Amino acid sequence: MSAETTPDAFREELRAWLEENCPQEMRDGKMTENGICWGGKNWQFTSDAQKQWLERCAARGYTVPTWPKDYGGAGLNRAQEKIFHQEMDRINARKPLQSFGIWMLGPALLHFGSHEQKLHYLPPIARGEIRWCQGYSEPGAGSDLANVQTKGEDRGDHWLVNGQKIWTSYADKADWIFALVRTDREAPKHKGISFLLMNMEDAGVETRPIKMISGISPFCETFFTDVKVPKDQIVGEENRGWDVAKYLLTHEREMISGGGEGLSGGGRALGAVINDTMEGISDATLRADAMRCEIDSLAIGLTLERYKDQAEAGQGAGDASAMLKYMGTELNKRRHELMMTAGGSDALEWDGPLGNRAGDWLRTKANSIEGGTSEVMLSIVSRRVLGLPG
Amino acid sequence: MEKLVLTEEETMLADMARGYLDGAAPVAKLRKMRDANETHDAALWKEMAEMGWAGVLVPEAQGGSDMGYAAANVLAREMGKTLTVSPFISSAVIAATALRQVADARAEAALARIAAGEATYALAVDEGIKFDPEATQMTARADGNGFRLSGKKQFVVDGAMADRLLVLARTENGLTLFDIPADRAGVTRDRSNMIDARDAARITFDDVEATGEDVLGQVDQAMNVLKPALMAGQGALAAEMTGLAAGAFDMTVGYIKERKQFGVEIARFQALQHRAAHLWCEIEVTASAILNAGRMMDADPENAALAVSLAKARATQTATLAVQEGVQMHGGIGMTDAYDMGFYMKRARVGAEWLGDYSYHAEQVAAARGF
Repeated sequence: MSAETTPDAFREELRAWLEENCPQEMRDGKMTENGICWGGKNWQFTSDAQKQWLERCAARGYTVPTWPKDYGGAGLNRAQEKIFHQEMDRINARKPLQSFGIWMLGPALLHFGSHEQKLHYLPPIARGEIRWCQGYSEPGAGSDLANVQTKGEDRGDHWLVNGQKIWTSYADKADWIFALVRTDREAPKHKGISFLLMNMEDAGVETRPIKMISGISPFCETFFTDVKVPKDQIVGEENRGWDVAKYLLTHEREMISGGGEGLSGGGRALGAVINDTMEGISDATLRADAMRCEIDSLAIGLTLERYKDQAEAGQGAGDASAMLKYMGTELNKRRHELMMTAGGSDALEWDGPLGNRAGDWLRTKANSIEGGTSEVMLSIVSRRVLGLPG
Repeated sequence: MEKLVLTEEETMLADMARGYLDGAAPVAKLRKMRDANETHDAALWKEMAEMGWAGVLVPEAQGGSDMGYAAANVLAREMGKTLTVSPFISSAVIAATALRQVADARAEAALARIAAGEATYALAVDEGIKFDPEATQMTARADGNGFRLSGKKQFVVDGAMADRLLVLARTENGLTLFDIPADRAGVTRDRSNMIDARDAARITFDDVEATGEDVLGQVDQAMNVLKPALMAGQGALAAEMTGLAAGAFDMTVGYIKERKQFGVEIARFQALQHRAAHLWCEIEVTASAILNAGRMMDADPENAALAVSLAKARATQTATLAVQEGVQMHGGIGMTDAYDMGFYMKRARVGAEWLGDYSYHAEQVAAARGF
């Protein structure tokens, strides 16, 4: 599909393709944990339809529609991307693939990677063959992320990496990790970090899941003991990894704020979701709260669109990602509080009549912590946008 | 979906408007008018007409600049920043939109007068304390070839100064919109002493004569004309309130950078930094809803109701937050009449009520979203 195709022609062609190729089972818009296809070497498809949907989309570049075709994408421009999402929403299609490779590493590689690195790492992400995890936080580097202590010693043709990461999402299921490693201990803390890519199968890499309040273990501790990392597995320049890290963080924040997943549950109105469990909201207070949540959700969704349009028009949005992350995650917490209220006592059972609603609710509490806390986001806005003294 | 980014023309219009308003209509102007008990500045409105603002929604054939709703919202937003007193929303937005729905020579002549700044309008809809056009009780009784209007309206914004009134009244099989001169026999206008020092009136209609000529659109079919006009007004008012929020915010951030306590600028305190940052985020999000409403009104007015109500609901919340935070972060001085923050707070409250309050528009959003 070329960039010259008219929007109407593009929509028509896409619509026909979706009609033919999206399996019925994939048209339930399922956004919950067990509806997601994460991909990777060890991925177990939950159904033939899920596998088929991934393969068909990957063949067209539709798992990463805006990436260049050379790297596994469909090369869609902004207008086509909008149409793509509209048409996917129209038939309530599940996303064929979601991953940290798509949301985070991909954009960073597209920006900082060499052509060889892009050709090597991006297509397997697009096809869902390699699953990535993120090695950022450490026990002593949470909000103060630049304080990472995991060290990489220069051993000529490789770095020798030792240290510990924490809150590594799905490290136990990932094939590779992108990590911040201190490669210069003498330099100021932001200037001695490198951005390294490591194979989780390498000797010396060990993961340990952390059981969370939601009952599951999406996060891990990851330990590196004398792990040898070849020199060509660095993104960007040596000791300039913080630039890559910051760039990637803006994408992570947009993802967490809803840019990756859609804030209103795949375009469904909060009221409709609540109606499913309450058969019409008779509780006036809940209804009013849900209305307010819906209004904010729509407005934040529009803001996301506006920033994308501005970016395309060359009007930089600066530190907008901090704002979106803050607003989006605080909203998502509200949303899930309302879903719990709507669910009443049915929502209080693990795997009860409402499935994993309680688990999903508890999971959202991390939204305003991971990828930079709400307080850190507000401080970023305060300093960089409002110019208030630090 | 239309692009949610300001065009070069819109950015230029905003810059031009800002430059003009800072000179011609700063907040000090509102203060001066308030102190002199004046609610209309005819000279200012004349200049706005010359710049094409009064005719922003009037076709070029009638002497307008016909820039569209997104552009009208840009102007309203800039006026909101410095609380400009003008009949812009009543005349240039609401009345012009209503008149545009009617394609006849009389409406065209009326549009030409609006664009030239020669006629101002006010919309007389409210009868109770809340906006509820469908509940209109005022009657227009058939009388020969015409009608007799009887009833009371309140919170008729710009109603004390306007040359003409758009009046919503109940006819035999529905609601009808009338366009009559404000000085017609039987019309009694009592200017309301408004908290925002702006023009509004309570108006009594005592057996007021209206001809078939005075009906705007079709008898019993007021909403065909009124609904687009209301949406246009609600969108522009939301834009004004977002501008108001931005104005109050700028003033507040400016103040905390200057004000010293405990030996330092109070902007160094994280408690205030985070409050200011949160407010900025809210304003930024609301700005998206405003831009979207303007784009929808221009591109697809039939389906713009959700976008407009979303904008008004968000703008009401955001302006309310901005003025409350403004006063709190200013401390005691924010409570004084000598300081301008109070003007922002009072206008925000009036704007919150006009053309439907938060609850009204939240219900519209809820209905559109299947609640």
